[in-house]
Amino acid sequence: MNILSDIYTALPEFFVLCMAMLILIVDLFLDDTQRYLTYALTQLTLLGAAVMTAVAHSNAVGYAFSGLFVDDAMAHTLKLMIYLSTSVVLVYSRTYIALRGMFRGEFFVLILFAMLGMMVMVSGQNFLTLYMGLELLSLCLYSLVALDRENARATEAAMKYFVLGALASGMLLYGMSMLYGMTGSLDLTQVSAAIMGGELNHPVLILGLVFVVAGLAFKLGAVPFQMWLPDVYHGAPTAVTLFIGSVTKLAAFAFVMRLLIQGLQILAHDWQGMLIIMAVLSIIIGNVAAIAQTNLKRMLAYSTISHVGFLLFGFFSGTMNGFVSSMFYIVAYVLMTLGGFGIILLLSREGFEAEELDDLRGLNVRSPWYAFIMLLLMFSMAGVPPTVGFYAKFAVMQAALQAGHVGLVVFAVLMAVVGAFYYLRIVKLMYFDEPLDAAPIQPPLDMALLLSANGLAVLAFGLLPERLMGVCATAILHSIQ
Amino acid sequence: MLENYFPILLFIFVGLAIGVLPIALGRIVAPSRPDNEKNSPYECGFEAFEDARMKFDVRYYLVAILFILFDLEIAFLFPWAVVLKDIGMFGYLSMMLFLGILVVGFIYEWMKGALEWE
Repeated sequence: MNILSDIYTALPEFFVLCMAMLILIVDLFLDDTQRYLTYALTQLTLLGAAVMTAVAHSNAVGYAFSGLFVDDAMAHTLKLMIYLSTSVVLVYSRTYIALRGMFRGEFFVLILFAMLGMMVMVSGQNFLTLYMGLELLSLCLYSLVALDRENARATEAAMKYFVLGALASGMLLYGMSMLYGMTGSLDLTQVSAAIMGGELNHPVLILGLVFVVAGLAFKLGAVPFQMWLPDVYHGAPTAVTLFIGSVTKLAAFAFVMRLLIQGLQILAHDWQGMLIIMAVLSIIIGNVAAIAQTNLKRMLAYSTISHVGFLLFGFFSGTMNGFVSSMFYIVAYVLMTLGGFGIILLLSREGFEAEELDDLRGLNVRSPWYAFIMLLLMFSMAGVPPTVGFYAKFAVMQAALQAGHVGLVVFAVLMAVVGAFYYLRIVKLMYFDEPLDAAPIQPPLDMALLLSANGLAVLAFGLLPERLMGVCATAILHSIQ
Repeated sequence: MLENYFPILLFIFVGLAIGVLPIALGRIVAPSRPDNEKNSPYECGFEAFEDARMKFDVRYYLVAILFILFDLEIAFLFPWAVVLKDIGMFGYLSMMLFLGILVVGFIYEWMKGALEWE
C-alpha cells in the first residue's frame, strides 16, 4: 500500500478539505470589512482544485484507498463542471447574501464542504464512500437552508428537508445493507461480479434494489419522492436554492451512474420498470403543477421535477448512448438553472425578493438585455430550438427511441408542449406587460458578464452541441464498461 | 438460513411479554378507584410547581451538541487504540488526520465563544 500515491490520486479532495478548514480559521480573525478575503480565498480554492483536476486528467481509470475511490474520465469531467458551477453560484449570490447578513465565513465553508461531499460522491466506488459523500453534502445543505435563521420559512424548509432527507438516507442504507448481505461486498465491481455469478436469491436482491432506487429518487426529486422539493426551493434563501438546484444535480447524476449502472447494471431489467414509472409520473406532475404556480421559485422547482423525468429517459434506455445523452441533459439543465435563479438574484435587492411571477412583468422595458437572456433561458427550459435545452431533450428522446420506447417518447413530447405553456407565460409577462416596479437593475460587473455569458452559452451549445456532446461521450465511454 | 434467526424472534416475543404483561395484569387485576388527588401529577409530595413543558435556554442544546461531537470521537478512539499494533503507521496517521480535523473544529467553537456560558 502506498499512501502517497493514494493521496496524489485524491489530491483535489485533500486540497479542498485543507482549504475549507483554513478558511474556517482565517475567517475567525477577520472583521466584517475584511470578509471579502474569505470570498477571494474560496474562489482561489476552486481555481486551485480545477487546476489539479485538469492536470491529472487522463482517460485511464485509477483506483486509490484499496478501491474505495476511483479516478476516471467521468469523475474528472464532472468535478471540473462542479468547480465551475460552484464558482458561478458564488459570483451570482455575493450581493444577495451580503444584503441579507449571510456574507459570513460559514456560508463559504459550508459550500466548500458540500462541494467536497459531491467530489467524493462523484469518485465513490464503494457503497460506503458513496454514502459518506452524500451525507457530507446533505448535512451541509440542511444547514445552508437554515442559515438565515430568523426567517421562519427557511427554518421550516430546513426542518422538512432534514427529516425527509434522513428518511431517504435510511432507505438507501437499508437497500445497501440488503445488497451487502446478499453479495458479501460493498465494492461496486465485486457486487456486480457476485450478482453476475448467479445463485443469489433474486427476490432479496430486488428488495434491496427497490430501497436503493427509492433513496436515489428522493435525492433526485423524482415523483413520488418529490414532496420536499418545492418547499425547500421556495423556503431557502435564493442563493442557496441556486446551489441546491444546480450544482448538486451533477453529483446526483454521478451517484445514479455509479450505483445503478456500474454496480447494478445486471439488474437493469428490474430497475428499468421502476425508472419508467418515475419518469412518466415526474413529467406529468412537474409540468401540470408548474402551471398553477405564481411563485417563480416554486415554478422552477416543479420544472426541475419534470426535467428529472426527462433525465431518467436516458437512464432507462440502458444504452451507452442513453447515458451520454443523460449527462448532456444534466449539464444543460445546470446551465439553465444557474441562469434562471441568477435572474431572480439579479432582480432582488435589499428587503425585496423578486420571486413572484409578477416581478418579471415588463422586464423588457426595464432592461432589454436581461429580458433577452431570460428569454433564451426560458426557451431552453421549454425545449425550443435552437437552444441547448432542445438538443438535450432531443438526445434523450432519441436514445429512448433506439431502445424501443416509442409510446413513452410520444407521451413525453406531448407533455413538453404542455410544459412550454408556463415558460412562455414568463416570456409574455416580460415583453407584453407593463412593469410593476421601475427600480434600476445594476448588478456588479462580474455578475453582469457571467450572467450574459451564461445566457449566451445556452444558445451557443444549442447551435453547436457537438463539442459538449463529445466531452460527455468521452467521459462516459472511458468510465463505464 | 432463516432458522438461525429463530432465537432472535423468540427474544423479541419474550421481551414484548415482559413489557406488556405486568401492565396488562395491573390494569385487569388491580382495583381502580381514581379520585382527584390520585390523578394529579406527583412531584415529591409537593403541589406541582409549573407545567413540565417549559422553554430551555438554547445554550443547553449547544452544550449537548458539542458534547455529542466530542463524545463520538472517543467512541472512535477506543477500537483504534485496541488494534493500534496491527494497523501500523497507516492507521496511526489516519487517526491523527481525523484528530487534526477535529482540532480545527475545536478552535472554531472556542473562538466563536460557544464554550463561554456568560
